[in-house]
Amino acid sequence: MFPILSKKILGPNVKQFVLQASAIAGKRKPGQFVILRIDLNGERFPLTIADTDVGAGTITIIFQEVGKSTFQLGTLAEGDAILDVVGPLGKATEVENYGRVVCMGGGVGVAEIYPVALAMKQAGNEVISIIGARTHSLVILESHMKQASHKLYVTTDDGSYGFQGLVTGPLNDLIADVNKKVDRVFCIGPVPMMRAVANTTKTAGIPTIVSLNPIMVDGTGMCGACRVKVGGETKFACVDGPDFDAHLVDFDLLVQRQRMYHKQEKLSWEKWKGIHENRIS
Amino acid sequence: MAKKIVHEAMAMPEQDPQERIYNFKEVPLGYTPEMAIGEASRCVQCKKPVCISGCPVGIDIPEFIKLTAEGKFIEAYYKVMEKNVLPSICGRVCPQEEQCQAPCIMGIKHEPIAIGRLERFVADYAREMDKMLIPERERRIAKKVAVVGSGPAGITVAGDLAQRGYNVTMFEALHMTGGVLGYGIPEFRLPKAILAKEVNVLTQLGVDVRTNYVIGITEMIDELRAEYDAVFVGTGAGLPYFMNIPGENLNGVYSANEFLTRANLMKSYLFPQVDTPIHVGKNVAVIGGGNTAMDSVRTAKRLGAEKAYLIYRRSEVEMPARNEEIHHAKQEGIIFRLLESPVEIKGDKDGWVREIELQKMQLGEPDASGRRRPVAIEGSEYSFPIDTVIMAVGQGPNPILLNTTPGLELNRRGFIRADPVTGATSKEGVFAGGDIVSGGATVILAMGNGRQAAGAIHEYLS
Ligand SMILES: Cc1cc2nc3c(=O)[nH]c(=O)nc-3n(C[C@H](O)[C@H](O)[C@H](O)COP(=O)(O)OP(=O)(O)OC[C@H]3O[C@@H](n4cnc5c(N)ncnc54)[C@H](O)[C@@H]3O)c2cc1C
Ligand SMILES: Cc1cc2nc3c(=O)[nH]c(=O)nc-3n(C[C@H](O)[C@H](O)[C@H](O)COP(=O)(O)OP(=O)(O)OC[C@H]3O[C@@H](n4cnc5c(N)ncnc54)[C@H](O)[C@@H]3O)c2cc1C
Ligand code: FES
Repeated sequence: MFPILSKKILGPNVKQFVLQASAIAGKRKPGQFVILRIDLNGERFPLTIADTDVGAGTITIIFQEVGKSTFQLGTLAEGDAILDVVGPLGKATEVENYGRVVCMGGGVGVAEIYPVALAMKQAGNEVISIIGARTHSLVILESHMKQASHKLYVTTDDGSYGFQGLVTGPLNDLIADVNKKVDRVFCIGPVPMMRAVANTTKTAGIPTIVSLNPIMVDGTGMCGACRVKVGGETKFACVDGPDFDAHLVDFDLLVQRQRMYHKQEKLSWEKWKGIHENRIS
Repeated sequence: MAKKIVHEAMAMPEQDPQERIYNFKEVPLGYTPEMAIGEASRCVQCKKPVCISGCPVGIDIPEFIKLTAEGKFIEAYYKVMEKNVLPSICGRVCPQEEQCQAPCIMGIKHEPIAIGRLERFVADYAREMDKMLIPERERRIAKKVAVVGSGPAGITVAGDLAQRGYNVTMFEALHMTGGVLGYGIPEFRLPKAILAKEVNVLTQLGVDVRTNYVIGITEMIDELRAEYDAVFVGTGAGLPYFMNIPGENLNGVYSANEFLTRANLMKSYLFPQVDTPIHVGKNVAVIGGGNTAMDSVRTAKRLGAEKAYLIYRRSEVEMPARNEEIHHAKQEGIIFRLLESPVEIKGDKDGWVREIELQKMQLGEPDASGRRRPVAIEGSEYSFPIDTVIMAVGQGPNPILLNTTPGLELNRRGFIRADPVTGATSKEGVFAGGDIVSGGATVILAMGNGRQAAGAIHEYLS
């Protein structure tokens, strides 16, 4: 069992847990994730490790409630425990001093780009971050991101905060600045955002890494549920990734495979909501 | 007076095929004590028993059968346990027709003694009577052994060494122990409750079982070596192969590992009572001819497939699956398409499987495995509608542990190179056995390897 030491609400339907998991904390590097199973009837699903405290033996996860498992997770409180947590899974992000890097996060992807930005700054990079959300209340981890970056841009689709528009806006401006070269871009968020960023940086010839989120089961390369196509080759994202060269990723396939269980996910969610609606906060 | 020969083996009662295709309950129901005595009495107790030579772990078969014939079931069970610590499992899943029952003298003119069914009976009897053998810890030895992987190989090493008095910790990547016995082989062939009892014996012996612990990720072999006096690696052959044909990434195409993991480990046949979904369309095609393929196709049938096809590129004689599984699959209405192989899977605009294109094959010269090689017949391609495709075309070694363990030598096929007798690897104090050394093999061989490695580890530490 993995006890929840603290719980924080970061925004509408976005929650943060600190979990006791010392073996995982001791090994974890930025870009890695865990797979959780809440209880005996639960499914196995992945969440990025947003932060660790090796001394305290804890890991931090930040998740957006989107369906049955994440909503159920959100109903747990401090003092409750999660049945199974395994990790740290996946390849760590390749951290080096690239020079000037742009770290981009969209929606709950900000929780996933935060550890990357932090590591890039510690490795001596100049870190410029761009985080985006639909509207102001959905912007998460702004102060964390500010600390992890030399400069931070915030965008909202509706203009209720920061720059109005998509994250590609400030990115285009940065690329257009002929005096300062962008050496590398890291981007984690919804597929349309990653795809748009990949298209932008491809034209500009800037190496770009995205973190892919296909459906996973074991997370150790045993099942192949997480198949993605990169550069024409099939890869298992849980062991070969989740970081991949954005310019080689087949995003259409990723979207197609993410949809595989839409019908069942809806059924599962409606069944759960019917019983537990009052517990959602 | 010579004993009267009974030509046919005692049949084991089974669930009716028409009923069982709607449930996940076990298919063979087991012998009654009378049936067991009847079958055991058919054994002529050869002076030079050849059956033992067919058993990879050398069970004293005539003796346990004799005890069974005398109604001394618990004693018979103890006799089996001297050589096989998982008899209720092996009685169910061993390929007896190729092993102990193959040389049986009775089998020359009649049906061989149903040794597997008898093994299952005595083990089930002992379990149901609460007489499972929980070995006493001989003594305490202040040495620690780490066992990586909780399949039959790991279970055997952990049990043997705990019994000898070592402090044993068993690490398992998944949330459940048992290896393939837990996540792969379906409930209708090996009830999980039986597996749980076997693993429980380890806990009672004081083995510290740590699930959710991936060696090579959560902790490295070199770190284990620093903390433990010896390490055994029994991580199995868990990497699923695909065929590299077009369309394999369409929605509705599974590896057998994923399909069976969802169905067994995650119990998705109970969805939506449990959270893990599974997709089974009307027409399901399983590619392959081994036990994995049989388990997948019979699971698909139970999950509601109207037509469940088994597509295999050779003929039935060459199928590596146990005879009983082939027989049961046929009874359950599985459609066999032999001497055919897929060349392409075709999908619709949303990326869902719609059609499979097969090519007919014929058998040519024998290949390295001694089986006749399938040769494609040009121009014989044809397609038919399909909603789910399950690839059961073999498994390789999972690279996680291998890639993170410097100095661990591999063989040409990418499995761990280990001494065939002791299981010793190129790394001092690290032993290996089971499928991670042999490639996909059998439960009994993994167990036999484990037993030998446990002996070698004991010697190494003495
Ligand atoms: C490597 C990785 C890291 C991730 N990190 C985070 C994170 O830090 N924070 C966060 O909020 N989300 C993260 N996700 C996404 C998260 O796993 C899904 O949102 C979650 O599984 C949804 O489950 P559900 O039952 O709540 O919703 P559902 O309604 O069941 O699913 C909603 C969508 O989530 C995806 N999904 C469903 N089941 C799985 C599964 N078993 N594995 C992967 N995706 C699935 C599907 O595309 C589905 O359409 C990550 C995904 C991956 C692959
Ligand atoms: C579907 C299917 C049906 C089968 N049917 C039969 C049958 O009827 N009869 C028969 O005799 N054989 C059968 N086999 C073969 C048999 O199951 C295997 O030969 C046997 O299980 C091998 O045992 P093992 O202990 O070597 O490995 P496994 O049973 O594969 O167990 C290995 C364990 O190690 C764990 N592991 C892997 N990597 C790590 C790591 N890095 N850290 C921690 N843990 C790890 C895995 O999760 C797994 O639990 C079948 C196989 C399959 C797949
Ligand atoms: S999640 Fe099973 S192989 Fe990646």
